[in-house]
Amino acid sequence: METIKSGKSNPMRKEKVLIIILNNLVGFLKNNIGKYAMLIALGLIIIFFQIRTEGRLLLPMNVTNLILQNGYVLILAIGMVLCILSGGNIDLSVGAVCAFIGGVTGTLIVNMKMDMVSAIIIALLIGAAIGAWQGFWIAYVRIPSFIVTLAGMLIFRGLNTYWLKGLTLSPFPKKFQQISAGFIPDIFSGFELDLNVTALMAGFVIALIYTGLQIKKRLDRKKQNLKCPMIFLFVIKLMLVVAVIMGFSYLLAQHKGIPIVLVIIGTLILIYHFFTLKTVPGRYIYAMGGNEKAAKLSGINTNKVLFLTYVNMGVLASIAGIVFTSRLNAASPQAGVNFELDAIAACFIGGASAYGGVGTVVGAIIGALVMGVLNNGMSISNVDSAIQMAVKGFVLLMAVAFDVLSKKKLSQ
Amino acid sequence: MKDLKASGLDAPSFYLPGDFNMNKNILEMKNITKVFPGVKALNNVNFHVVSGEIHALVGENGAGKSTLMNVLSGIYSHGQYTGEIIFQGKECIFKDIKDSEKMGIVIIHQELAMVPYLSIGENIFLGNERAKAGIINWDSTHVESEKFLKRVGLKEDTHTLIKDIGVGKQQLVEIAKALSKNVKLLILDEPTAALNEEDSENLLKLLMEMKKDGITSILISHKLNEVLKVADSVTVLCDGSTIETLKKGDSLISEDRIIKGMVGRELVDRYPKHVSKKGEVYFEVKDWNVYHPFIDGKKIIKDVNIKVHRGEIVGISGLMGSGRTEFALSVFGKAYGRNISGSILKEGKKLQIKNIRHAIKNGLAYVTEDRKTAGLILMQDIKNNISLPSLDKVSKQNVISENEEIKVAENYRKNLNIKSPSVFQKVCNLSGGNQQKVVLGKWIFSDPDVLILDEPTRGIDVGAKYEIYTIINNLADQGKSIIFISSELPEVLGVCDRIYVMNEGRIVGELDRKDASQESIMKCIIRYS
Repeated sequence: METIKSGKSNPMRKEKVLIIILNNLVGFLKNNIGKYAMLIALGLIIIFFQIRTEGRLLLPMNVTNLILQNGYVLILAIGMVLCILSGGNIDLSVGAVCAFIGGVTGTLIVNMKMDMVSAIIIALLIGAAIGAWQGFWIAYVRIPSFIVTLAGMLIFRGLNTYWLKGLTLSPFPKKFQQISAGFIPDIFSGFELDLNVTALMAGFVIALIYTGLQIKKRLDRKKQNLKCPMIFLFVIKLMLVVAVIMGFSYLLAQHKGIPIVLVIIGTLILIYHFFTLKTVPGRYIYAMGGNEKAAKLSGINTNKVLFLTYVNMGVLASIAGIVFTSRLNAASPQAGVNFELDAIAACFIGGASAYGGVGTVVGAIIGALVMGVLNNGMSISNVDSAIQMAVKGFVLLMAVAFDVLSKKKLSQ
Repeated sequence: MKDLKASGLDAPSFYLPGDFNMNKNILEMKNITKVFPGVKALNNVNFHVVSGEIHALVGENGAGKSTLMNVLSGIYSHGQYTGEIIFQGKECIFKDIKDSEKMGIVIIHQELAMVPYLSIGENIFLGNERAKAGIINWDSTHVESEKFLKRVGLKEDTHTLIKDIGVGKQQLVEIAKALSKNVKLLILDEPTAALNEEDSENLLKLLMEMKKDGITSILISHKLNEVLKVADSVTVLCDGSTIETLKKGDSLISEDRIIKGMVGRELVDRYPKHVSKKGEVYFEVKDWNVYHPFIDGKKIIKDVNIKVHRGEIVGISGLMGSGRTEFALSVFGKAYGRNISGSILKEGKKLQIKNIRHAIKNGLAYVTEDRKTAGLILMQDIKNNISLPSLDKVSKQNVISENEEIKVAENYRKNLNIKSPSVFQKVCNLSGGNQQKVVLGKWIFSDPDVLILDEPTRGIDVGAKYEIYTIINNLADQGKSIIFISSELPEVLGVCDRIYVMNEGRIVGELDRKDASQESIMKCIIRYS
């Protein structure tokens, strides 16, 4: 890459700089088309529906609803992407586990009047136990995950329906409902403004932290004499991300502020993003999915890694179950149907490889958002729900086809 | 070495390919050249087979035997190689294996290609079903397969599943299958490698009988005693070129003669000069026995005892399938086999190694013979591959320091001369030699005391080989004990200070560098096979 010195601004020089910048931009896009394709697609889908719904898609209320309605998919997608990374394994039981956990919390809170915190802790432990059960069969007995979790889907759905005797448990106390319906209270509410200042402030702080971290990373890499993208690309990327964060928090601020679900999801994304990219166990999951034999011969206990991946999935499924039960304000035998399919689709749309070893948590989140925006956009524009399903199926196929074809092209 | 070569190849009375009476040749392969990326597998090979004979094709691993047969059977289609194939007087252009089978050329691979859960009858007519309009006639399938089974002398119900009969019988079914295709030229790639004495004997008899029926066969085999027993002619391949063709009745035909042809190549300076600074005995494996992981009671490694000094490079030589890899893997944290018994000692102290993690912690490293499927994570970059077994060295509380990782990888990229723009390059984009250096780097970073290298130069070019030998010598000079496994004899002789010869799971010889020659190693192997 050529470095551009800030010389005197004569017209010839400006043109040259412009050409270099353009070339760089084109090269950058070419090299990173796979990486950013889904993000671009998400942007296009948002623009498309924004126009189609005459601006209603991005109304503050609808943006908030997007988060509230799709929170459970986002949580499940995080766990699912780890399963897929570990070697193309999937978990078909997560929908049933969500319902089962709903049944558990319903029984504990509604019937037995247990306090919320204890009930949630018990629910999470049961989720871990379910994960351990399935993980045992998958990792140690080596029954394909598809079969184990298909069995799990039937087992936990059946047990839950039996437990609830086919009835719906409701209502839950207000406090429990707040998990999905509540917002972070506005500590700056004294102002005579129709805005949630806390949300805006939070957005601002997050944008500031992000900028700081990015600059630090860049300086670190510079210090080590490692290659960095050109400064203007860096700035453009930074500005875009900051704009999205600020725009998003502004939209939230116009409605009721930051939903509690968003805090839960945001925390989970941060933790798992860090976990997958920066920690040793995270690296083990990628290594195992990339080549289990090589991972084993490098001294990695792949059985244990696979087992723990499923325990983790159980815990996340139970978090999703709690969030969903709270939103429904009911524990129902019918809850969570097809959740697993949404979560799996989100991962693949987000660029995970069906064979394992490739994919990211952020990718899965983007995939889940694509599905979510499609859901909401089509609902707002009154598309028949049957057609909605067909469209989602088509998008999944096209997203994966694009991924496969672009990789083929790269390898040639 | 040199005098052997001179006495062998310059002898006037051996047969030169090409001056055959053309009418008698069922097959003539002329000037066949086949290039793989980076390697010339076949270089102007001429190969002629007389109608109605059993023609043996011999050579070391990697000499090009299988490649030549793959060219002949259409697995490498016309255009992927250069040269001419003339079969029964006509030039042949095969697009795939179907084309060659239509002409009556059938190849039986070392790895049998049968479906275990289908019956004998179904397998015989697989891809060639007795069917009308797509509907299979089961009666004629079984009646006809019965006929072919009789011809190969196999008494089995044609409804028996393939998985329920032994390898020897499976081999016969393969031949029956070939007969069902109206075979004129049958190619057998190491047909007796997996068979016991009796089954091998039967198979060879069958070949002789088929010869009476006018079926020509090409027999690829390492077992020279078999070759001498049944073959009418023997062609020796070495490094992708035809060395010579010997005929039965020729006074020169003998095991020694063939061995010379197989290994008698010019030894230029392909190995860096190295004098080992041998220390005390450092690593020992005693009374090592290993059983097959799935087949009950099958012993794979039998009473193996080896020891390695500090700073010494010890070779384990032997043909493919002699148990070298299984031995190495079983020592490396019981990564292979069942009911492993014996002891591992380091500096005279017994090591308790239950799994690979323990092995690595105890200073062992194993560089696999198959870097693509077992050594590397191809879709990941150099940095991730190098740090994988030793992530604890670049992390604190399980959090990886990426900068530290990059520094380490960068260090190995420079020192091992890995040709790549950066450590962020995915290893699938590197050449074989550079991939191998990444694998070496990965294990050197784990800082082992004992390094087991399994075929570390397989499939890489001569230049990269030299570099890897140099790396190995440096490691020995640092006082590490090196176990060097290779099926290439010149390499073992060029690199190792001492050589164990392994065959069928046993150590069948131990030779010092100064006593060892290619002939003496080959003789050790053949004496016990």
